[in-house]
Amino acid sequence: MEFGLSDEQKLLDQTIKKFVEKEVPLERVRELAADRQSFDATIWNGLNELGLFGIMIPEEYGGAGLRLLDAIVVQEHLGRQVVPAPFLSTAILAPVALLKGGSEEQKDTWLPKIAAGEVRVAVGVSDVVERRESSGITLKDKKLSGKSVFVIDGQNADLLLLAVGGNNLAIVDKKAAGVSINELTTVDKTRGVVEVVLDGVEAELLGKEGQAEQAISQVIDCARVALAADSLGACHVMLDKAVAYSLERKQFKRVIGSFQAVKHMCAEMAAQIEPCRALVWYAAHAYDELPDEAPLMACHAKAHVADVGQFVSVTATQVFGGMGFTDLVGLHYWFKRIGLNRQLLGGPETVRQRAAELQGWV
Amino acid sequence: MDLSYPKEYEDFRLEVRQFLKEHGDKSRNVGEEMGRPTQKLKDWQNLLIERGYACRTIPKEYGGYGAKPDILHNVIITEEFNRTQIRRGISGQGISMLVPTLLELGTEEQKQKLIKPTITGEIVWCQGYSEPNAGSDLASLQTKAHVEGDYFVINGQKIWTSSAHFSDMMFVLVRTEPDAPKHRGISYLLLSMDTPGIEVRPLVTMTGKAEFNETFFTDVKVKTDQIVGKRGEGWMVANATLKHERGMIGDPAQLDALLVKLIELMKDETVNGARLMDNPIHRDRLLKLQARVESAKLHSLRILSNSLQQSFEMLPLLIIKLNGTHLSHDINAMGIDMLGELGVLYEDSPYLRSKGTWQFRYMFSIGLIIGGGTSQIQKNIISERGLGMPREPKPQPSAANS
Repeated sequence: MEFGLSDEQKLLDQTIKKFVEKEVPLERVRELAADRQSFDATIWNGLNELGLFGIMIPEEYGGAGLRLLDAIVVQEHLGRQVVPAPFLSTAILAPVALLKGGSEEQKDTWLPKIAAGEVRVAVGVSDVVERRESSGITLKDKKLSGKSVFVIDGQNADLLLLAVGGNNLAIVDKKAAGVSINELTTVDKTRGVVEVVLDGVEAELLGKEGQAEQAISQVIDCARVALAADSLGACHVMLDKAVAYSLERKQFKRVIGSFQAVKHMCAEMAAQIEPCRALVWYAAHAYDELPDEAPLMACHAKAHVADVGQFVSVTATQVFGGMGFTDLVGLHYWFKRIGLNRQLLGGPETVRQRAAELQGWV
Repeated sequence: MDLSYPKEYEDFRLEVRQFLKEHGDKSRNVGEEMGRPTQKLKDWQNLLIERGYACRTIPKEYGGYGAKPDILHNVIITEEFNRTQIRRGISGQGISMLVPTLLELGTEEQKQKLIKPTITGEIVWCQGYSEPNAGSDLASLQTKAHVEGDYFVINGQKIWTSSAHFSDMMFVLVRTEPDAPKHRGISYLLLSMDTPGIEVRPLVTMTGKAEFNETFFTDVKVKTDQIVGKRGEGWMVANATLKHERGMIGDPAQLDALLVKLIELMKDETVNGARLMDNPIHRDRLLKLQARVESAKLHSLRILSNSLQQSFEMLPLLIIKLNGTHLSHDINAMGIDMLGELGVLYEDSPYLRSKGTWQFRYMFSIGLIIGGGTSQIQKNIISERGLGMPREPKPQPSAANS
């Protein structure tokens, strides 16, 4: 009985931590954000050298053959360091979609390329969760038309994986005729979200037509757990930064961290963050090993960490006082990343409604 | 991540199950949680001790079962009793707090004399810690004991002495060294509640019941050997006990059981012909609580795993009391809200639901938020010991002495 990370996972944790702390200091995040770039070749290549894009891809396709629990160890560190890297879609969501819904040929074609870091994939499934702005792609006479409004990691992607209704996933080459991409500007510049518009694009569906409903659900489950892990990492850092600042900043001839009002803010953050650790780990483990529990646990992890994240991001910012509100300390990068994660693929209320359905309460 | 138990433990689980199947009926109608244990409850407790399902790791020579400490055995026993909703035997401050303290710090004679009758329910204990002017700042307690010959002579007042009105004995903190710094002037004494000079007055709380008492001491004489640890070491001894109390509050299985009651309520109770569960606003609130309960359960699994792996993390332990008591309160609050106007019915009212337990627990859980170290004290502990933040500076001497 061991609830927690294995020795291998702890090693992975240390490796990725070392990499992001060295290669992605806040200055680098700032530079990229100023250029509105959510992709950086050095960071990408570094992650690739660590073999991280194949983390969930079986060894027969050139990957590491690991699981979601391993992948979220990485994702948490990307959140900790607000790393601009399209890891979520390429390393987690696309492999899951291909493995669960793709034909043998499609797996053979794409999985080795993804594992080798040769292709960047963006995933658009938001309209399955919540349809807004008439988002949605339809299939007619083997042609795809319509738009997918919130495509994650779309800014520098080569390949697009898009939901077509609730039961098909299409593989679309970004350069194919009839594809246009409009960048969306979000508060969080570390993730490139785009709108993809298709106008009579030649359709390549994942697997057989009408069979991808389960694959889409699993992509969404994985995304929810990974987004929770990303926010959890960001929460930890916001708390650590708030505590560190409170031990430096003096007012009334004392460090502000000696005032109970400030200490209690920090204690409340810690008390809310700590149990999220077990929740996120277990949600990932459920995806890997306990399929009956996985969808519900993914919902709980996503919704709960979103709420904790909102509390922590607002509270930590207040510990910094006026400085927290400025660009100078850069706390807002974490604040915004948590904010984006909260909304992606369903805000808390939407996700909880799904949790109610999953338990037969609706 | 490996959530399976080794085979020997699964075998042990089957043993517990078999026991509960065969003997579980003996736990029914053995009396209320509060109050002196009935003979039926004592019989049940003795059977549990004999089979190793209570007082499992207390050495045989002191009346326990004498097993080697093994957390997984305890976890499995707890899980199986919870699953079948079978009463765990005798609880209370004697077993949960005094006995572990005696095992750690008591003399051989104290262990021989006191542990067995305590765990079998022959001696019922109460705790004399808090005073009207020593709550969060417990170490400033003023109940005094001076030595006259072979006796300590105690004068002063204790408060929040739950179960004092039916207890045989009290473990009590008194100031024996008035000139020493406040943490070093306290001693931990054991006394009989029928010693002359003790007066117990029930303290009725907002629930309408007297769960607590005030206890007054006037020239109460206690033999000087009735002390645990040395004179002036009582604070350290008490902290060993408080450690056991903090672990006691915030049992995630209890939170889970409470949530199940809330879910049942929302499926059974109707408003305008529709189930409460059919209302999306109520459902959303329920789901928020469910996520917190799941987190608490998994968090305790993480802590269990840490102890099995002997890897120690402080912060996860420090948050349990704060989170657990507030979560319990929030679940009960929702239960009342789900009942609407009926939620305020109490005692023997017509239309009362669940014997008024939602209201009772809603109020009682405020007591748990406050007792055993208030939430504010918990936050100080979390920030100081968990996050490394400094203590609030002491007031300037001139202000302190004024």
